[in-house]
Amino acid sequence: MKNENQIRPCLSRRECLVRMGKAGGALFFLWAAGFWLRKRGAALPSDTAEGVSWPDFSVPGLSGKLVAVTSGERAKALERALQALGGIEKFIRPGDRVLLKVNAAFASPPLIGATTHPELLAEMIRLCRKAGADQVLVADNPINDPAACFALTGMEAAVKAAGGRLVLPRASDFKPLLLPGAERLAGWPVFYEPFKNINKLIGLAPLKDHHRSGASMTMKNWYGLLGGRRNILHQDIHQTILELARMIKPTLVVLDGTTAMMQNGPTGGSLADLKQADTLIVSTDQVAADALGASILEKDMQTLGFIRLAEAAAVGTADYRSLNPIFLSV
Amino acid sequence: MTIITVRRISQVFFLGLFFWFCLVMTIGEAFWQLRGWPVNWLIQLDPLVGLAFAITTGGLHPGLWWGLLTLSLTILLGRFFCGWVCPLGTLNQFIGFCAHGRKTLARRVALNRYHPAQGIKYLLLIGFLGSITSLQTGLLDPLPLLHRSMGLIITPLLEYTGIPISSGPRHYPNTALIGLILGLALGMNLVVPRFYCRFVCPLGALFGIFSRLALWRMGKAVKVCPDCLQCEACCEGACNPSAEFRTSECVLCMNCRPACGPALMTFQSTPSAGGEILLPDPGRRRFGLALATGLSAVPLLRLEGSLGKNWDPDKIRPPGSLAEAAFLARCLKCGQCLRICPTNIIQPSGLASGLEALWTPVLNFRMGTSGCQLNCIACGHVCPTGAISPLELDRKLGRGAYQEQGPIRMGLAFVDQGRCLPWAMNRPCIVCQENCPVSPKAIQTQVHFQPVPDIPALQIASANAATLVFENEGLQGQRLDGGDYYCRSLTNPAPARLIINNTGNSLTLAATSAPAAGERIEILLRLQRPWVEPSRCIGCGICEHECPVQGRRAIRVTAENESREKDHALIRI
Repeated sequence: MKNENQIRPCLSRRECLVRMGKAGGALFFLWAAGFWLRKRGAALPSDTAEGVSWPDFSVPGLSGKLVAVTSGERAKALERALQALGGIEKFIRPGDRVLLKVNAAFASPPLIGATTHPELLAEMIRLCRKAGADQVLVADNPINDPAACFALTGMEAAVKAAGGRLVLPRASDFKPLLLPGAERLAGWPVFYEPFKNINKLIGLAPLKDHHRSGASMTMKNWYGLLGGRRNILHQDIHQTILELARMIKPTLVVLDGTTAMMQNGPTGGSLADLKQADTLIVSTDQVAADALGASILEKDMQTLGFIRLAEAAAVGTADYRSLNPIFLSV
Repeated sequence: MTIITVRRISQVFFLGLFFWFCLVMTIGEAFWQLRGWPVNWLIQLDPLVGLAFAITTGGLHPGLWWGLLTLSLTILLGRFFCGWVCPLGTLNQFIGFCAHGRKTLARRVALNRYHPAQGIKYLLLIGFLGSITSLQTGLLDPLPLLHRSMGLIITPLLEYTGIPISSGPRHYPNTALIGLILGLALGMNLVVPRFYCRFVCPLGALFGIFSRLALWRMGKAVKVCPDCLQCEACCEGACNPSAEFRTSECVLCMNCRPACGPALMTFQSTPSAGGEILLPDPGRRRFGLALATGLSAVPLLRLEGSLGKNWDPDKIRPPGSLAEAAFLARCLKCGQCLRICPTNIIQPSGLASGLEALWTPVLNFRMGTSGCQLNCIACGHVCPTGAISPLELDRKLGRGAYQEQGPIRMGLAFVDQGRCLPWAMNRPCIVCQENCPVSPKAIQTQVHFQPVPDIPALQIASANAATLVFENEGLQGQRLDGGDYYCRSLTNPAPARLIINNTGNSLTLAATSAPAAGERIEILLRLQRPWVEPSRCIGCGICEHECPVQGRRAIRVTAENESREKDHALIRI
């Protein structure tokens, strides 16, 4: 009898089927995965992020209004100016969701005048609330660290005290802009998160000298909605401001010239850069507001390309006197 | 003809094919130069390339299909690729045979005994595949490793000895480590035959895993044999043929089959009668550790922010390269683009520019024979994984259907006014402007008239038509007739006039309306100072290559404004 160890083993039918099944299964899986992967191709990360646009926030029938109040007190001046326009209720209806676009560009104290003044902001929130606004959001995409900017400018405290809500920009809050009329800014990432659910937009801008564009006023204030590497847009700053002004149709703009930054803008840094101009401008025409602001800054309007361009593009009128502006004193 | 002979023919064939593909990766007109050979075929046959690519991109690049064929055959037969196809395996086997072939049976048995450290390659494989955002298998995958070594070390070394392969000797920096790895991979055979295949090769590990399914495998036909160990002595894979058979280690060299006197070693459907171990068990902890290392390595390296704001402006990628994240998910570091570049400007990036991007292609315009040639699209067409897109020429140049998109920009040239001859040293030059290949030129010049410091203002004694004569010999030793010198009246404002001749005390001007007697004139050097128009510059680097300031060039390209990364834009086009 042969030693058991010398018997040549042979696969049973069952073993054979199991092994062929495994190999066959593996082959099937391999080629199925291959076909599936090939069909997906070498998928490149898609460039088609969902785009956003800005709706029209203006109130019909209220275009071309401008009020300038001479006063040293921002809150009072704002209230009076709105009264002269028929009251905040004309602009803000009960249930409205309002976004206040402030200028929080720099982490500097309100005294320096480089940012929207917290008293003005608090009063605007209060008035919107009084008119029945459901929500008052406050937002900007500052140049310095956002949290530091809102804290040091006093705006964070003002927003809390007055019952608004601050929206600090995060990377995921930016979406590419898709709006007819966008050329340089087509596809540019914009701070969209606070715009998601609002129906009114108010711009609150300090009146400042600006070395590149000449002046930073209500139109330049929209720069703070841009994300990405917006510093490259400075090469064509006037056209960029024009494009923003053409696409953003606010409910109201407020230009605060209580203490105007006459030089060393847009950061300032010294009280010597400021002038007590005691003027607050409220308007539904951003071009007119900026034109009047330019005269306070003692700038030749012809040198402010964005105003010229915006007027030519019929964003508004630079001849603010033609709007029958109301001049008040408190 | 025995099976061993057939195997050897196969090995020689594939090794020859590999060398042939490496040789024809040369631009030229000879029959042995680039002629549309499928130069990436062996890389495409490598299933580890396809697998890693599928993991990092979620897709499969055309051509990487071939890996399915290799894996399918592995499922049927085992690690045939290692023993029959792989050029590195063949080289290893040959060196090992030369070094150990004549040793005693006992020595050879000891050399070819299974070692538990052979499990390391599986951990390396797991670690590499754990790099799910960045393709890193090419570091040790034998096909990319060999292609890279041939293209960047062996061929240049041959050229260095005077064997003309390319049009001129080629240079690659940062290749010391490539050479070291190749040297180790081949040299370790002197210590243990097929060292790389047994302990390191992640591709072998992949085949080892799939070989467990093989329908046919080597093995003992009966359990008890004379224990002569002849099979062990000639075993390439160190898979213990005489004892418990290590299926995953068998490279199908088939040496054991004829070596076995009683012919008990056969390629059979049944498991080895001596028992078999399908795969070494790495242990759950080691497996977990390898995977965790692989998963965390690239995210760790990216903490430096190289994909974000801390991007490296000197990392100028070849034309058509994908955006950096997608690029790193695809680039195999095989070196094909570096080898094919006709001007030798595509260079492997070194350790200094980040471990993750080691040996990936970057452009270095100081080296090579020119910048990126306007009408060359070779690199994208040899890239086996599409990290560099295979561009049409129209796409590269922004012509025809691509007019709207404009040309592919690799970067942007910047003039260093502190080093540029006309800017910093008042010497005429503009070699960069002349060599700028785009039309209209991206390099423009502005004219500047610089008073010549050695020549004081001159008083005109007499003026005859276009010749001015002075009282003193203030122009002694000066040659002002070259066409760069002008003179201008200090008395009457008028445009500068070109000087066409001079003596020690006279000047002849090209213009007929010369300054009059009594006027004082100054001698001016006309300088054309270069500047770059960013909307036209494509970053080809020809200006940088040609700049006469040879150390640190006075005009240099950085990756600013490159088409592939929106965030690197300098201008809004």
